[in-house]
Amino acid sequence: MSAYLTGLIVILCLNIIIAYSVFLPAAAGQLNLGAAGFMIIGAYMDAYLNSADDGLGLPMLLSVPAAALFTALIGFLVSFPILRTRGIYMILATFAFAEIVAGIVLNLEVVGGASGFPVSSHAELEDLLPVTIGVILFGFYLISTRFGLAMRSIHDDESVAILFGVNTRLIQVGAFTIGAFLGGLAGALYGHQFDYIEVQNWGILFSIFVLLYVLIGGTQTPWGPLIGALFFTFVPEMLRTFGEATGWELIGELRFAVFGAIIVGMMVLRPEGIMTRTFLELLFRKVPRRSPQNPPNNMEGV
Amino acid sequence: MLLAQQIINGLMLGSVYVMVAVAFTLTIGMLNFLNFTIPALFMVAAMITWAATAAGFHWLVGASLGMVVAIIASLIIERFTYRYMKAKYGDATEHALPLVSSLGFLIIFEHVVIMIWGTDPMSFNSPFANAQFVIAGLIFAIPQLISLALSVALVFALSLLLKKTQLGRALRSIAEKPDTATLMGVDVGRIVPVVFMMTGFLCALAGILFTINYKNVSPYIGDHVATNAIAGMVIGGLGNIWGAIAGGLIIGMVEVLSIHFWGAEIIKVPVWGLMLLILVFRPTGLFGHTRIGKGKF
Repeated sequence: MSAYLTGLIVILCLNIIIAYSVFLPAAAGQLNLGAAGFMIIGAYMDAYLNSADDGLGLPMLLSVPAAALFTALIGFLVSFPILRTRGIYMILATFAFAEIVAGIVLNLEVVGGASGFPVSSHAELEDLLPVTIGVILFGFYLISTRFGLAMRSIHDDESVAILFGVNTRLIQVGAFTIGAFLGGLAGALYGHQFDYIEVQNWGILFSIFVLLYVLIGGTQTPWGPLIGALFFTFVPEMLRTFGEATGWELIGELRFAVFGAIIVGMMVLRPEGIMTRTFLELLFRKVPRRSPQNPPNNMEGV
Repeated sequence: MLLAQQIINGLMLGSVYVMVAVAFTLTIGMLNFLNFTIPALFMVAAMITWAATAAGFHWLVGASLGMVVAIIASLIIERFTYRYMKAKYGDATEHALPLVSSLGFLIIFEHVVIMIWGTDPMSFNSPFANAQFVIAGLIFAIPQLISLALSVALVFALSLLLKKTQLGRALRSIAEKPDTATLMGVDVGRIVPVVFMMTGFLCALAGILFTINYKNVSPYIGDHVATNAIAGMVIGGLGNIWGAIAGGLIIGMVEVLSIHFWGAEIIKVPVWGLMLLILVFRPTGLFGHTRIGKGKF
């Protein structure tokens, strides 16, 4: 496998994990524009625990889960004030959270401040792949449980979910905390892949892109973040390769602009994201195609 | 004396934030739409002003060109964001759809500008580089004073427009509820572009003034200004244009004063901490009233 392809797959794996981190709250109706904040906490906590010179010198197998758990704890604590807000307010509050985290870490001299922090142990793609697959399977499993059902009901209609006795506060805090755990995991793994972490890697654009993966992929099914991350990782690269192959260098240079146009077009034509429940049913033929002659029978498949 | 000078600088910086914050607050208040193309419009106007001046035209030519381009771009954005985004399913993430398209536009504009002019910051030869006067040892730069006065005057005119005119009444009825506004005979499809034209105008003006005052441009200037303007808007109260003035000036002051006391590294913490506190404990903002956001957000 060429180095280029390996690098691309590493980025894809990290994108998938961080996409699930934002997807879980989104599946419970909470939009999180603060992915960068959790990733920074995870990456720095892990690097600090792992570093032999400045930190505790824990092995990678211990430091990565510990960093992810620590991020989950932070996520749990901030979820109470943040979940007081909703809609646009929640987007702004999570965004403010990420900026505050970046601001604080930038001033922590113990982890290098603005000049960044080196990560001692290096992990290979072979270590990253099983974790990524585990995260994907976990995402699918979680949505299939009763907890996941409750998340989806809040996503579709919070008032009705409350009427049916769903403890929305518990579910939302839970989804946000698990999301924070995955965000911390992604951050920790990022550090071990690239051996050096800097707060400047995780700016506003990063959080925006992660939220876009999830919304473009679709928040209705656990396929959404997977497809969104694949789309976001490969389409700009494909546009570049296409530009090089056909000699239309403009497409290669403008690949992100073309990509932005694809996003705008998607939102006009298919605002609910690439993968939806109906599309999934259509793909796997769980229900017959609905037509006026063949009205939907709601008892079927129950 | 140094502190007094810093307070003046904070007010001047705040006046740029004020215009951008008013642009944000207009689209949120009227259309419940967090318009992320605002940094792009700001940046495009600034870049065009710089490019035309660098190419040898009078700076006014560049500024007018930048303004026209920003307004046209804003109208194109309206066609592809707000107009298509009618609630279809009513689920929890749907209100974010116009936001996503506007992020798409932000990416498009930034990368087109990067392709044309590159990512390097450019310095702008301000025609008013030395236009300043000194009172009691405090320096007042004339273009900055003009932009402060201009932004206050503009917001005053805007609030008169909203209060007194037919157009303002139509806009406020759309803010209340678009469907009812349609029933009352307001042509929503024709009025909404007006909001976007105002957005384009305010952002472009802010971008041009910023270029003249701070004498440098880059494809990323919009991001910093717009995120601070968002913080200002939240502090003043979403949808409240007088709140946006106060919030923008407060953020300008907070930024300059925290740099003065604690250095440039820490700047994010006070600005965003203040915003988060306001969001959590007083989501209507300092000057908002309780009706803002009720049933809409």
